[in-house]
Amino acid sequence: MEAPPFFKHGPSPLARFVFFAFLSLALMVLDAHQNTLNSLRQILSVVVAPLQRLANAPAEMIGRTGGFFVTQAHMQNENAVLVQRQLLLSAQLQRMQAMQTENAYLRKMLGVRQQRGERVVAAEIVYAGRDPFSQKIIVDKGSNHNIKAGQPAIDDVGVVGQVTRVYPFSSEITLLIDKDQALPVEIVRNGARAIAFGHGQDSTLELPFMAANADIQNGDVLVTSGIDGVYPAGLPVAVVSKIERNSAFAKITCMPSAGVSRHKQLLILIGEPRQPAALADQAGMGNADGSKAGASLPRRN
Amino acid sequence: MNSARAPELLKPASMRFILLTLGLGLLLNLLPWSGLALSFRPDFVALALLFWAIREPRKTGMGAAWIMGLLMDMADGAILGQHALAYTLAIFAAIVLHRRIQRFTLWQQALHVLLLLLLLQSAMLLSRLFAGAVFPGTGYFLSCLTGAALWPPLSLLLQLPQRGRPDPDSVYSAGQK
Repeated sequence: MEAPPFFKHGPSPLARFVFFAFLSLALMVLDAHQNTLNSLRQILSVVVAPLQRLANAPAEMIGRTGGFFVTQAHMQNENAVLVQRQLLLSAQLQRMQAMQTENAYLRKMLGVRQQRGERVVAAEIVYAGRDPFSQKIIVDKGSNHNIKAGQPAIDDVGVVGQVTRVYPFSSEITLLIDKDQALPVEIVRNGARAIAFGHGQDSTLELPFMAANADIQNGDVLVTSGIDGVYPAGLPVAVVSKIERNSAFAKITCMPSAGVSRHKQLLILIGEPRQPAALADQAGMGNADGSKAGASLPRRN
Repeated sequence: MNSARAPELLKPASMRFILLTLGLGLLLNLLPWSGLALSFRPDFVALALLFWAIREPRKTGMGAAWIMGLLMDMADGAILGQHALAYTLAIFAAIVLHRRIQRFTLWQQALHVLLLLLLLQSAMLLSRLFAGAVFPGTGYFLSCLTGAALWPPLSLLLQLPQRGRPDPDSVYSAGQK
């Protein structure tokens, strides 16, 4: 029989390490493959969110005091530019209103479903994600502002990304250029459809699965096609910047139109995603989870 | 820097101070770092955990490392368990090596810490590569260098409250010999 230990140490370091390592591995497997850990995330966010707000406070204060001391000349300049731009936009808006009524009339005649006017929430970027393996940003609006996972985020130029995680007062937006992000697009010039994937490394998009002789040129503008029912159709996404036609599939690189690093505000479209007719029928028949707006497309892993 | 020749006797650190430093480390990690600063940012939580694992291995350990790791996962929006696993691994190595590391001067300790931090980053990298991410470039390991360079000043700073004259009337004073 072994003598009882003189000092109480508890389990050995190795035993502890094995225990915690297995716990972490189990968590990682669960988190990577299913969305079962959302409740744990919510609990942890209770601890982290106040700390995060505290950590952001100094930078915010500097920003605010900096804004207070902006020179008058700068303000005047900016004001002049804004007034000009507003004039231009209101002129465009008038034309657009006329076109909208005309479009609604034409759609009715064609029997196409009415496209819903989109409701938006303006959100401010709190900080860029710190995870070097993914392209994410955190904004200051969350489930308390009707934001749900799956909603698209845009800026004044085009699509920025998609809401992937929602907390009460903040949410995480995965940018278009993230490796796991995909969205269906359409070439404006000829209406050809494709799927754009984030490249992950540099801030570009890729169009895989396009034949080497596909009708696509440098400078072609890509817009959302709207067939996923998540992104409304017609939002600018990217511009084709490089095409290599060496193998069976062309290697097409595109530069995203929207710039997240340029400004701090963006818009989240909170209108219910419009489901395409075929998908809606399926949901009705198979009683699939039609309300789940989470995934626009199967994630590529 | 004479810790190798005549190790200074320090008072034991209070649990409250340890928790405070861990909290401060988390706060420093959460500052809005971005761009180049982000790739140079040392992992303050890992440094604090390593310091206490080497200095007071009885008071903190892998449990604390695991919980701090989960909080970091949550804060970074990473896969839950990624930081937790890496922190646990690094702290395990630190606890195994703590007697050896304590013998060295602060700059020599920094070299040990560099290796421990590299181990930590590699563990995170491997777990992300298995989850399907792409390698973000060698700049990913830059934070280990800054972390190791920060070790000597950080150690001096964290030892400050344990310095000072021990109270001669106290039964528990550490300086009696």
